[in-house]
Amino acid sequence: MIEPLIEPLGYAFFQRALVASVLAGVVCAVVGSYVVLKGLAFIGDAIAHAAFPGVVVAFILGGPYVIGGGVAAFLTAISIGWVSRRARIRVDTAIGVLFAGTFALGIFLFSTIRGFVGDLFGFLVGNVLAIGPDELMALLILGALVLGVVALLWKELLYSTFDPLGAAASGLPVGPLEYLFLGLVAVTIVVSLQAVGIILVVAMLVTPAATAQMLTVRFSRLIISATLIGGLTAIAGLYVSYWFDVASGATIVLVQTLVFGVVLLLGPRGGLMGSRLLRPRNA
Amino acid sequence: MTHAEGGHELQPSHVRAHSDVWLSGITAGYGDQPAIEEIELAVGAGSLLAVVGPNGAGKSTLLKVMAGLLRPWRGRAEVLGATPGREARRVAYVPQAETVDWHFPVTVRDVVMMGRYPSLGPMRRPAAVDRRAVEDALEKVGMASHQRVQIGELSGGQRRRVFLARALAADPALYLLDEPVTGIDAGTQEDLMDILEEEARRGRTVVATTHDLACAAQRFHHVAAINRRLIAHGPASLILDPEILARTYGGHLLVLGGQTVLLDDAHHHDQPAGEGEIHYHDEGSASP
Repeated sequence: MIEPLIEPLGYAFFQRALVASVLAGVVCAVVGSYVVLKGLAFIGDAIAHAAFPGVVVAFILGGPYVIGGGVAAFLTAISIGWVSRRARIRVDTAIGVLFAGTFALGIFLFSTIRGFVGDLFGFLVGNVLAIGPDELMALLILGALVLGVVALLWKELLYSTFDPLGAAASGLPVGPLEYLFLGLVAVTIVVSLQAVGIILVVAMLVTPAATAQMLTVRFSRLIISATLIGGLTAIAGLYVSYWFDVASGATIVLVQTLVFGVVLLLGPRGGLMGSRLLRPRNA
Repeated sequence: MTHAEGGHELQPSHVRAHSDVWLSGITAGYGDQPAIEEIELAVGAGSLLAVVGPNGAGKSTLLKVMAGLLRPWRGRAEVLGATPGREARRVAYVPQAETVDWHFPVTVRDVVMMGRYPSLGPMRRPAAVDRRAVEDALEKVGMASHQRVQIGELSGGQRRRVFLARALAADPALYLLDEPVTGIDAGTQEDLMDILEEEARRGRTVVATTHDLACAAQRFHHVAAINRRLIAHGPASLILDPEILARTYGGHLLVLGGQTVLLDDAHHHDQPAGEGEIHYHDEGSASP
């Protein structure tokens, strides 16, 4: 019974994969808790896709993908922030343009090179088992950076998410906080690229937080539940993918989706079968 | 504060020096459409000012300029002796109820504690003094027993109480309240106005937009009637007369035999009709 859980831990690559997956699960869940409340799921997806050309350029130049993807994601995050504040077109339209344009640039650059096809494909769907020790160290540092910033500014981020006008009027720097947060989303996505890949990273960002949202009405508990869900589903998904020899990123996301579905059906709050709908609302 | 019509009166410098809010020739708006034009206004410390006017008159815009949320295109503004926004930590702004996401996962206590965040600064957790301020504010608005309730489960009146508590917890010098008494029952309105009156007595300044002319007449010291431009500003009893209201509300106002009847489209959806919020007796009831 215990054996299938212990056996893979004997391999260094599995250990690294486990650490990287849990890291991605946790960091995504923490940042995702704000993403869900800010209604930024689409922006998160766009930033993830925008990392692709950066990753491709890093490969062409022979540099680390973390920097290439990070710079591209960060620039896109900042330009989305800028566009959404200034442009006269709807924000979702602007994001749609940036989203498709940057991803197309990535595919265009990708098609100009030969040889690294397998590695690059890994960034689209994730290949956490291939992660190296140095890479893992870089991801741990970046992940710790994101968690550190949120730990320092969680209440300012919360206030400016809940009531941007009230927060700004009482002296919180809501504009800079917004840019900082988009930057955090960009770094989070880079941390998660190896684990789940560009296409699925939005699920890591949104699903645990959305699940937690159905479990509690307090933000502090939401962020803790999301973190637990993100971390545990990453572990479960990685084991399942190892046992059945299937894609790890997709398996993690499927486990998260399954948990979401179960909570949706049976959850105490907002659950379709939950008691809340039966209780009369005190108007 | 004399009866300033049309915004043409000169503001003497001592008025500016003794005002918590001082606006001169303020024009502001969104895109290329001005929402308010050439507004002249001075609000003395310790006064309760109601900003009245029809929908789209720029009431909320005026409040946002005072809060430093919207930079005026033209004109000069001073709030608590500085550029709007500069003294933000001494200002509490409460947005309209419709702009709040009531499904947000925060409890009554969480929301009121947010009033303490700006003075706390980053990286610091709320301490005993903050918890005490939150308790006191909740006690004042009568919501102490609802601390752990998610805000979406509250009634409209309770929601306004909680947001006023958040403002109280910040212990500001200036309250900027967007429609604080809209869509709530008469009892809650009385309670909230009692609290604001008490704050004014303590030297705090209150500026509130409202659709409720009866409340403006009975509970506020001063009224500013605006319709993009300042129509009139002065003591409530002088401003709320049929002629000024007719100019403020245009065709939406009827004067029927000494009674002014306001016909305003988005008026108090949540309140049962005939509660006295539409009818306003022009002379008799104007003085509190």
